[in-house]
Amino acid sequence: MTGTPLLEVRNLKVSFRTEDGTVRAVGGVSFTLSEGETLGIVGESGSGKSVTMMSVMRLIIDHNARFEGEVLYKGRDLMTLGQDQMRKVRGSEIAMIFQDPMTSLNPVYRVGWQISEQIRAHEQISKRAAHARAVELLGAVGIPHPRERVDDYPHQFSGGMRQRVMIAMALSCSPDLLIADEPTTALDVTIQAQILNLIKKLKDDFGSAVVLITHDMGVVADIADRVAVMYAGRVIEQGSKHDVFYDPQHPYTWGLLGSIARLDRPRPKRLTAIKGMPPSLISLPGGCSFGPRCPHRWERCAELPELIDKVGGGHLDACHLAPEQKRDRRERAIHPELSEERA
Amino acid sequence: MSADGGGDVLLRADHVKKYFPIRKGIVLQHEVAKVHAVDDVSIEVRAGETLGLVGESGCGKSTLGRCIIRLHDLSSGSVFFDGRDISRLSRRALRPLRRQMQMVFQDPYASLNPRKRVGTIIADPLRIHHQGDRGQVKKRVQELLELVGLSPEHLNRYPHEFSGGQRQRIGVARALALHPRLIIADEPVSALDVSIRAQVINLFDDLQEELSLTYIFIAHDLGVVRHVSDRIAVMYLGKIVEISPAEELYQRPIHPYTEALLSAVPIPDPDLSARREHIVLEGDVPSPIVPPSGCRFHPRCRYATEICALQEPPLVAHGADGHLAACHHPLNVGGAAAASAPEAAPESGGAGGVSSGQVTGRPGSGS
Repeated sequence: MTGTPLLEVRNLKVSFRTEDGTVRAVGGVSFTLSEGETLGIVGESGSGKSVTMMSVMRLIIDHNARFEGEVLYKGRDLMTLGQDQMRKVRGSEIAMIFQDPMTSLNPVYRVGWQISEQIRAHEQISKRAAHARAVELLGAVGIPHPRERVDDYPHQFSGGMRQRVMIAMALSCSPDLLIADEPTTALDVTIQAQILNLIKKLKDDFGSAVVLITHDMGVVADIADRVAVMYAGRVIEQGSKHDVFYDPQHPYTWGLLGSIARLDRPRPKRLTAIKGMPPSLISLPGGCSFGPRCPHRWERCAELPELIDKVGGGHLDACHLAPEQKRDRRERAIHPELSEERA
Repeated sequence: MSADGGGDVLLRADHVKKYFPIRKGIVLQHEVAKVHAVDDVSIEVRAGETLGLVGESGCGKSTLGRCIIRLHDLSSGSVFFDGRDISRLSRRALRPLRRQMQMVFQDPYASLNPRKRVGTIIADPLRIHHQGDRGQVKKRVQELLELVGLSPEHLNRYPHEFSGGQRQRIGVARALALHPRLIIADEPVSALDVSIRAQVINLFDDLQEELSLTYIFIAHDLGVVRHVSDRIAVMYLGKIVEISPAEELYQRPIHPYTEALLSAVPIPDPDLSARREHIVLEGDVPSPIVPPSGCRFHPRCRYATEICALQEPPLVAHGADGHLAACHHPLNVGGAAAASAPEAAPESGGAGGVSSGQVTGRPGSGS
């Protein structure tokens, strides 16, 4: 996983003008993704994780949207491409799957038709050959009896099966980058496990890089190589999966880890909830956006912390506390059951 | 959370069945099939305890909750509340009982009328049941807002001015207005963000302690259910396949479906996640219109044998502590496993019988 990055996002800013004021949905996000790598982007609703990746795909078409920054895909800045050129990139080089498989398929066309349409949009290939590829792809994503199912309509599939169809469609042109936006959120846990396994397997088979957007730390722990945690439009912590889970540096990450009712730990009397609510993106607080909810706030938090590497090894965080100051506080935040023992 | 929940039986459901007819024809409608949403379920809920109901979408957990509170009429069977059969009562006769059982719904965006002020929403149950004059109602509403952690001044605002978590608090305040004894919470936190979810779960905990409430907590998130419940019932295709004290279920799942469900829950710990066994169930949940013969789980079960397709396994006790399961090939039963109390090994990982050994993620210093 070395060499030039497949995707490099540099200081991406996205804002929307609305009646109530300017919503700063993404406030300066930078990250890189190498070939074949899986990046998990974690955050709550409104943290800007979806808007970031939708902007990378140039799927936000809105007169009130303002974009700044660069999105370099194999060295080419996608932000400067025209829609025609962008259409060639989408699907064949970068593909995306969405949260809701119910609304992302067209209900009035057979699924086989929808898959072959995409193949024919990018390749000179006969209808018959495209249809055969569609059958093949449905088989590859684990849909039983693909030869018959290819002529079914989306409503004849269950939620999990529809997500498989979406994945088949995304993979139809062997993209180098797959963006999955909450691909399993609408699904039951047992079906979620099937879909995550499928994404892992296909990643190995096709060698695609994956950006997985999710709110579930458990899903990230399962599938990602690197993790970026977003809050209020910014990345507040970024690093390898091991760094972020075993040596988290930002109090928000601690809060996320501590507020989950976990099956792998003894049951605590109370969950450690993060106080308050995420801030409005129209009037972000000055300084650290997490400041108002942070139990470890001090004077320096009035100024905006930079996302920098303080612990080494490419593990970035945006918190003014020094790593030494964090150790003990973190303990109590992530392990509610430990602080109860002490009390 | 009361640990033993050893009160009297507050609610008993006895062989409850709920079938929804599927009709065809425009003028002459005739029934062509039935959806077996809840199929012969019997449960008991003791006063002061929390019973968790888990299962995947379509397993009938919400329908069961609604049958218990008589939002659905039963197809057959009966429900006893406080010793009294309420399954055949008329709407009028039911009304005084409704005060004692209330419901909190999943979607805090859909369950509050957007055109009413919060004060009116919370006061509605009080007015419908003629509880006090205007002054008393207003006082009670302010009390309730405070109880659920909102400011009493919020009563003149509309639902859209609140966030998801706050709306769910309003839903809880409305449910508490009439001093109910039983609250059925149907996926009350699944629409909320993780950090807000913990706040609302803690609120449910506090209220139970303060007001000695009994909960039926319906959810699909096994982590959340484990946290709030004293006992847990696992449902699959309209049937209860396993019911057990909460911690025991995670330490020693007996039904293969429970085992698979637990192993499918993603764990926020990369090493443990890579190490543990993932049991991935094949296929989808079968249709509840024509459920599979015998054990309903057999087409997806990796332990299934001939008998599973032929004979429906009864829900029988395994061990003395009220751990019941319906399976021909029960897991984790027999000598050693049955003898060890769940409290003896609280540190071992509860997920699908995989022991984690260590509480991971703890840096060397500090503890």
